[in-house]
Amino acid sequence: MHIKLEKRPAPSVAMMVLTPVLSVLLTTLIGVVVFDFLGVDGFGAVRDIFLTPILASYKWQDVAVKAAPLVIIALGLSVGNRAQVWNIGAEGQYIIGALFAAGVGIAAGDMGGPIVVLAMVLAGILGGALWAAVPALLKTRWDVNEILSSLMLTYVAGQVLGYLVGGPWKDPNGRNFPATAPLHDNQVLPIVFPGTTVHLGVIVALILPFAFWWLMARSMFGFQVRVVGAAPQAARHGGFDTKQTIWLALVISGAMAGLAGAFEFTGALHAINLGFPSGYGFTAIIVSFLGRLNPIGCLIAGIVLAITYVGGQVAQTTVHIPSSTAGIFQAMMLFLILASDIFIRYRIRFVTRRPQAAAVAGE
Amino acid sequence: MTTRDTPRLELTGITKRFPGVLANDHVGFAVQPGEIHALLGENGAGKSTLVKMIYGIMQPDAGEIRWNGQPITVASPKAARRLGIGMVFQHFSLFEAMTVLENIALGMDAKIPARELEAKILDVMKHYGLKLEPRRIVSTLSVGERQRIEIVRALLLNPKLLIMDEPTSVLTPQEVDQLFVVLRKLAAEGCSILYISHKLHEIKALCDTATILRGGKLVDTCNPKVETSRSMAEKMIGGSLKDIQRQPGVQFGAEKLVISDLSIPAAGHFGTALKGIGFTVHAGEIFGIAGVAGNGQNDLLLALSGEVLSARPEAVTVDGKPIGLHAAKARRLFGMATVPEERNGHAAVPVFSLADNAILTARDRLGLAKSGMIRAGAAWTYADEVIEAFAVKATGPQAMAESLSGGNLQKYIMGREILQKPAVLVVSQPTWGVDAGAAAAIHQALVDLAAKGSAIVVISQDLDELLALCDTLAVINEGRLSKPMQVAGADIEEIGLLMGGIHGDAQATAAAKEALVHAH
Repeated sequence: MHIKLEKRPAPSVAMMVLTPVLSVLLTTLIGVVVFDFLGVDGFGAVRDIFLTPILASYKWQDVAVKAAPLVIIALGLSVGNRAQVWNIGAEGQYIIGALFAAGVGIAAGDMGGPIVVLAMVLAGILGGALWAAVPALLKTRWDVNEILSSLMLTYVAGQVLGYLVGGPWKDPNGRNFPATAPLHDNQVLPIVFPGTTVHLGVIVALILPFAFWWLMARSMFGFQVRVVGAAPQAARHGGFDTKQTIWLALVISGAMAGLAGAFEFTGALHAINLGFPSGYGFTAIIVSFLGRLNPIGCLIAGIVLAITYVGGQVAQTTVHIPSSTAGIFQAMMLFLILASDIFIRYRIRFVTRRPQAAAVAGE
Repeated sequence: MTTRDTPRLELTGITKRFPGVLANDHVGFAVQPGEIHALLGENGAGKSTLVKMIYGIMQPDAGEIRWNGQPITVASPKAARRLGIGMVFQHFSLFEAMTVLENIALGMDAKIPARELEAKILDVMKHYGLKLEPRRIVSTLSVGERQRIEIVRALLLNPKLLIMDEPTSVLTPQEVDQLFVVLRKLAAEGCSILYISHKLHEIKALCDTATILRGGKLVDTCNPKVETSRSMAEKMIGGSLKDIQRQPGVQFGAEKLVISDLSIPAAGHFGTALKGIGFTVHAGEIFGIAGVAGNGQNDLLLALSGEVLSARPEAVTVDGKPIGLHAAKARRLFGMATVPEERNGHAAVPVFSLADNAILTARDRLGLAKSGMIRAGAAWTYADEVIEAFAVKATGPQAMAESLSGGNLQKYIMGREILQKPAVLVVSQPTWGVDAGAAAAIHQALVDLAAKGSAIVVISQDLDELLALCDTLAVINEGRLSKPMQVAGADIEEIGLLMGGIHGDAQATAAAKEALVHAH
């Protein structure tokens, strides 16, 4: 008997939906085994990372607040990934988005209210888009690989943040800590459910996936992105501009990362310090692939990844493992989801080989 | 050839089922030692599946393969090669940036020192009169020369059975003749040859026996020397073959497409520069461009489609309007439709549905998109219309382009452009790898479109096709286009010489002349 990969006549929709689910389950299984092997309570770790945030209702708001930036960034990245434009620098665009929002807030001084908050959020979008425009320009003018340029700009963004919060924007009443002054109450994003931390950005993160689904499935822009990604030569033949697509894909993903940064700043943290970049921009890459580059998939995957973030903190206190353990689980999920991609277009067959013409049952 | 011997290869009751298709249904035939055996059939008839099982790429679900009388299982291509089965594929697997020698060495199962291998290669080449320079880089070679690499690679293993999959589809008449000399010599030495093709006059000229498949079933095993091309074609398609219907003595209309002094620098390492190309096509005229592969055909198509822009607006005019600086999208609105030679990934997106592929090139002329939104219903209707009008075998507009056979996808692509009623239609290799039935349908559609007053340009390496189809003909060689000539009363020898002037090679020109003398 041997195992054989056989091409499917058409991509399997069932596998498209099933493989992300199986990847998550397999991740937990491997987690239990490996942690037990390391002498840690493996079942406890997996339970706290994956289940406690779902079962304990007081954790739901944390999950929602953490899922919002992941979903918003992943939506933008999915547009780029569909066009085979790989923006790895969403983290940097997220930082710059937050800094632009902070800049507008500082410039507004004591002014506040919906108009100022809206201006801060729009500035965040603009900042993220501008930061992503740099790799777009380099790519379209000089064919510089956008993976490298966008990633390197993330570190530049980190330095810009360090300079601003440690210098010109440092809180005068902050005991010399490198951080901006906390936002005035009239400059923060409204809380949707009083008594919780669920801010308006969470609601936007719930609506945006549907807008993106409509954009990608129904609009000519979505068609253009899909054609350029699937067959660049056919796209040129069809009269679609590849450079324009690269520009739009990068600018949209940058704008979304910037929006997420502005929401995180105005909605959740209210101040920017050196710990502001928390890896959402990188984790969103996992969300994008776990969600199969599908906007609704990104919404679900964003919630799953947010659960692991929250669960990682729970496990830190209960089973005493570092909260970065969640990162291991997230990476394992990405690994498994990418590896299981093959089952969408291929299926496994167990073939029994006999000396004479082997009879294999057909479909 | 002696039929009393044990057959070299004998198949009985071979059956192979794929999800939804019975690719081979109890197929059986025998190939004798030293026999050249044709395997005939339309695309999708099951020829490829059958030879893949002989070559060990797939296993049959039922049936028996006998090799020199012994029942065997061919587990893998490597096992097939060990048995003495060689195969030359239609699509070559060569590395463009490497030399002939390196390419052959990479394909060998056994590790042989380079110097020894080179000696062996030279030996094989000398023995069979195959001209190749082992140190040449593959990207500088013509298609015919590339095929010779694959043949040498197969011959190095001293095969007892050589499978050739559509070997002449991209060769010039001269190269075809050279190939036949090699194959006849091989057969005379006792090597059996399984020759897959649908060029019936070649099969008549070359093969001893022909096995005809249709819809996965064996139709007939016959002697091609006795059969006519027509009778074999009709067995192949299971119906009577239609001739191209043309109205005689049609007057051409106004000038539709005027190309003047079109020059474009070579694109990248493997492109060909276009040098001062000029020709005029009138309404109702079919203009043919002959030439050996790699002489700028693809570059010309890109320059006409608008994927590559001209330096001057007047270099390309449609209906008197200069569109040389317009890109593909705008050119389509002026009535310029094009069909590039590569179906998968250029003319169509393999992973898109037929409806989405309709949007790719028909959205502006037919309003399949409006104010930035896709009109999915309209695209669906149009795709359905194309499928209906061109008898495309597909499950419907939702079928993925990659799920169609080559001939059916080509019919769909041609139909997608033709039903847009373009003023000018430029097609490259319209029937490349397409079966006789589909080719006839495509030819008829081109003739009908011309009759309705469109100007048509056909770029093809198949000279027979151009002579049958076109009113006017020119030859492209190293990016230059010859003076156009009338096909009626054209000097075939001159065309051959223009084509054969390949790479300024005196020997090739002489060979071309000789081949044409034989043809007369």
